[in-house]
Amino acid sequence: MNLLIADNISSEVLQGFATGEVSVQVITLFAIIVGAIFVNNVVLSQFLGICPFLGVSSKVDTSIGMGMAVTFVMALATLVTWCIQHYILVPFGIEYMQTITFILVIAALVQMVEIVLKKVSPALYQALGIFLPLITTNCAVLGIAIITIQKDFDLLTGVIYAVSIALGFALAMILFAGIRERLEVEDTPAGMRGVPIALITAGLLAMAFMGFANVVPLP
Amino acid sequence: MSKLQIITKGILKENPTFVLVLGMCPTLGVTSSAINGMGMGVATMAVLIMSNMVISLIKNLIPDKVRIPAFIVVIASFVTIIEMLMQAYVPSLYAALGVFIPLIVVNCVILGRAEAFASKNGVFDSALDGIGIGLGFTLSLTVIGAVREVLGAGSIFGYTFAEGVMPLLFILAPGGFFVLGYLMVLFNKIAKR
Repeated sequence: MNLLIADNISSEVLQGFATGEVSVQVITLFAIIVGAIFVNNVVLSQFLGICPFLGVSSKVDTSIGMGMAVTFVMALATLVTWCIQHYILVPFGIEYMQTITFILVIAALVQMVEIVLKKVSPALYQALGIFLPLITTNCAVLGIAIITIQKDFDLLTGVIYAVSIALGFALAMILFAGIRERLEVEDTPAGMRGVPIALITAGLLAMAFMGFANVVPLP
Repeated sequence: MSKLQIITKGILKENPTFVLVLGMCPTLGVTSSAINGMGMGVATMAVLIMSNMVISLIKNLIPDKVRIPAFIVVIASFVTIIEMLMQAYVPSLYAALGVFIPLIVVNCVILGRAEAFASKNGVFDSALDGIGIGLGFTLSLTVIGAVREVLGAGSIFGYTFAEGVMPLLFILAPGGFFVLGYLMVLFNKIAKR
């Protein structure tokens, strides 16, 4: 159901770009951003990036750090994989190599970001460094890179979409970490402690996010 | 450890979904019906068995420092093969699973088994481990899918018995979290006995 909304948005965007109407363009970009952060939240409605969502969300501070690192890497990864898809894979007719290429590029990219950050900005490396290795196996990064290609976005829209998705990820994680900090001190039944109660909490959060369905203004 | 134990431990003692809590994204993302869950489980099992075997064959050739990228390349190759086979022979399942098929690459179950088992054991044992963990994963996904399908759509494996009276919520995103959470409680309770 939610995927249908997103599909509508992408076709609207294409139409807007084809006719060159600026106002339509702005509205559709707004629809993409709101849609990606709230309506089709990457964790709570598309089920991507569940592992860090459950694993690194016990403190608000760490989930802010993780959210920032994911935003940075996801924007960069979408930028690079979009260029690879459209300038290498498509011209040579080897689209079936997409999965292998993308995962290797993302793994290399994360390594490179780590090395560059260490040299250029030790302060930022201190803040984000420990999260970077975890991001390679964050399926949201590869997933969004593939979805951006599938939705046929142009480069700018694709990167905006990726940043919005990552902001949605950060939002969900920070909210969830806040709830979990409170849960720590609660007296949960023995069998439900740990992952089960976290999952049920996430379910309630997902239900709250369902309230955002259909809020995107479709021009 | 006997050969039979290698297979059975993946189903109960080291169940990838309920005990190890690995590979949560496909577990929640594709289990809106029993048949989708089963299809995802079988596809993952196929990749797991093949990658386990190949990695245990080449484990002595890979330098220790680049082993993770090497494992990822092996896994990604098999995922691409499975992706193409599914597109050709089961197009409806391929469409239903969507982006989660290429995402088998980043399923932590597969990389986890490569690192924890296949890189230390022989070919035959690694294949058995792949079968065991794969069966555990397939069974968990099928059970979660069946529960969500019964509660949300009033059908099982596509056979409808109560049309339009069940709460749709269980097919949607929150239902996935709820069903997995409560099944995990149930599994822990049964496994502890």
